[in-house]
Amino acid sequence: MNVRSQISMVFHLDKCIGCHTCSIACKNIWTDRKGTEYMWWNNVETKPGTGFPTKWEDQEKYRGGWELRDGKLVLKSTSKAKTVTNIFHNPSMPSMDDYYEPWTYKYDELFNAPEGSDQPTARPVSMVTGEYINVESGPNWDDDLGGSRIYAESDPNLKGLSEEQRQQLSAVERLVLFYFPRICNHCLNPSCVASCPSGALYKRGEDGIVLIDQKRCRGWRACVAACPYKKTFYNWSTGKSEKCVLCYPRLETGEAPACFHSCVGRIRYLGVLLYDADRLEEVAKLPDEQLIDGHRSLILDPHDPEVIAAARKNDIHDSVIESAQNSPVYKFVKEWKIALPPHIEFRTLPMLFYVPPMSPVMANRNDDTVSSVSDEFFHDIEQARVPLQFLANLFGAGHQGKLLYALKKQKAVRVYRRSRTVGDIPMKTAEAILREADCTVEEAEGIYKLTSLCTFEERFVIPPMHREEAIEMMKDPQEHKTAVGFGFLDPPKRGL
Amino acid sequence: MFEIGPFLLDTVLFVVFPYVSLVVFLIVSIRRYRSESFTYSSLSSQFLENKHHFWGLVPFHYGIIVVLVGHVVAFLLPREILWWNSHPARLYILEGSAFVAALLCMVGLVSIIIRRITDPKIRIVTSVADWVIFGNFIVQILSGLYVALFHSWGSSWFASLAAPYLWSLVTLTPDITYVTAMPWMVKLHIVSAYTMIAFAPFTRLVHILVVPNPYLWRKPQVVRWYGIRRKSKRSTAESGAFVDASN
Ligand code: HEM
Ligand code: SF4
Ligand code: SF4
Repeated sequence: MNVRSQISMVFHLDKCIGCHTCSIACKNIWTDRKGTEYMWWNNVETKPGTGFPTKWEDQEKYRGGWELRDGKLVLKSTSKAKTVTNIFHNPSMPSMDDYYEPWTYKYDELFNAPEGSDQPTARPVSMVTGEYINVESGPNWDDDLGGSRIYAESDPNLKGLSEEQRQQLSAVERLVLFYFPRICNHCLNPSCVASCPSGALYKRGEDGIVLIDQKRCRGWRACVAACPYKKTFYNWSTGKSEKCVLCYPRLETGEAPACFHSCVGRIRYLGVLLYDADRLEEVAKLPDEQLIDGHRSLILDPHDPEVIAAARKNDIHDSVIESAQNSPVYKFVKEWKIALPPHIEFRTLPMLFYVPPMSPVMANRNDDTVSSVSDEFFHDIEQARVPLQFLANLFGAGHQGKLLYALKKQKAVRVYRRSRTVGDIPMKTAEAILREADCTVEEAEGIYKLTSLCTFEERFVIPPMHREEAIEMMKDPQEHKTAVGFGFLDPPKRGL
Repeated sequence: MFEIGPFLLDTVLFVVFPYVSLVVFLIVSIRRYRSESFTYSSLSSQFLENKHHFWGLVPFHYGIIVVLVGHVVAFLLPREILWWNSHPARLYILEGSAFVAALLCMVGLVSIIIRRITDPKIRIVTSVADWVIFGNFIVQILSGLYVALFHSWGSSWFASLAAPYLWSLVTLTPDITYVTAMPWMVKLHIVSAYTMIAFAPFTRLVHILVVPNPYLWRKPQVVRWYGIRRKSKRSTAESGAFVDASN
């Protein structure tokens, strides 16, 4: 057992209201510089929809992630040999057209327009060339499906859905959508890291945050192609790639990442997971339908004395182990099993998990009358408006089992709480439904509390990062303080 | 008096200049690597324009790398080259492939230049330094092609004349008698090469110095730890074949 600690995340999709506050918080802190205008380290997608960059989930097109070839785990987009041939022109590299051309407006034209009978307008100009452009796409162009069916119909997750199910999704009067906020998953088996010819990408040993060393990046852009979630971005101005840093400077001072901190729906949870690094390769090679269980089995019980001993042996600080014991992520993922990894079939072992949305059908409109869909107060999971297969393509590598389990448990919690608070459902029925969903009363209470009554401290259990130790190990802290000063010593300026 | 002029010029161009350009190359590229390593990048523009890109960058690089390696081999192994060329068929193969590579390089370069002029987004990321390199390359490749066509057979006389001249520079006993008698186009080709060496460390050409070699033998995953204490323990804790611990 080789115990490592990893800062991990849960997003509760039933709570996301699609407000994009998270994206803006991130943009204001990290990507408001030249060359990064088009980047959204955090973005919120409407599902079904095509996402950002357009159709990123379609790995026939983007060739991100890993695949099994003759029992070996290989990158789809590159290999040692292909690095040599593809380095001059990477055939799997997306271009700005797959994202969008960032723009601003000529606001001064509003003020300087000559007097006339027309309203003055601020025309859009490209933030790359500075020339007037016609805006044809944006980072959330299909937000709320953008008034068109085309986006929903182009969603790669519609694979394997019957015609009827497709109709069900897009029939206007039953139109259904949910939001899918995304950041870098800080994967356990990151394909971005494995693809970098310069070794510029790395995982931080102590907390698992995946970063790009800006001094070592040479702009070979292999990571952009290799990340199946398209969460590494190429800065066209500096000639370096950049990605979500999980706000590590904030985490190091005990603050939640900006997107977590600002989340209006309070859908985000963050905490430490301990995992066994020795079994990574073995798990990443499992067949699709075993991946979720395998992934879960990597996560170790932070209360188990054996795990604690092994963690201490690996220099994991007691305070971090304690933090892992209080981790909300551990509860959602491992204890309750209601949070699932996105697209685990990409085999990067993502460490951001999603509680799948229920999207209940409460009633149907038939002509002018509204009728309940189900005799029970809560609908059957199988009748959810978002077809199960669609969710399974997103969160179950195409298999419905784990997803059904998560949804059934969530429904059981709702029935149980309704019985407790309103009382129109007999407790006996509620308890039977709980049992059927493999859920105890305590568990139901726990899920209910952490879902709806959670405080800041319960949502974000941030371990002490002990950066001070790192400095002490290398030199005298006083000397460090006087030597470092503020900001970059090596300015991030483009070479000639 | 009158004989000193050209002789002096030759000395400046073929003795002083190569040393100056080499010193500039070393000092500037090392200094830049140490204090401004952020600026070391290929400055790829593929993200901004992805189609035309292939037709310029790929032929250009394959061409230039073959030609460059050819020069280095002829410099290091002149005798072997002469032995190879002692057979006409083999001589033609060598000269033919070198010529094709140079043409490939030229076609790629022209394509790169057209792309840099015509695409508005690419124009934004084109610097003056880029134009200096392009101008330099045009002189370099065209003079090279001319020499290959009209002063045959280059591969043979490079081995017997240019290689000894270059070696005389390396051994710090410069002897320019080999070059003074050469046709002016050859001289231009040599001087242009020195110019490029002198300019390279100021431009994006530094990407050649940081071509990724460790990738070929490192493990897929890279993990970095804070400091020294953990490093000592890691060797025992780390056992997976998949995760690289050395970083
Ligand atoms: C041997 C390994 C080399 C590698 C891996 C390499 C790689 C690259 C890469 C990735 C780019 C950026 C392409 C892009 O826009 O996406 C580039 C550009 C360039 N390289 Fe190289 N290169 C190598 C050797 C050379 C050599 C030997 C030369 C010339 C002496 C050279 C000259 C150039 C030039 C002039 C550009 C800019 C092209 C443009 O304007 O778009 N490279 N190289
Ligand atoms: S989501 Fe992409 S960028 Fe983030 S760690 Fe995973 S592979 Fe790398
Ligand atoms: S801030 Fe929270 S609720 Fe709003 S879109 Fe982002 S994740 Fe959803």
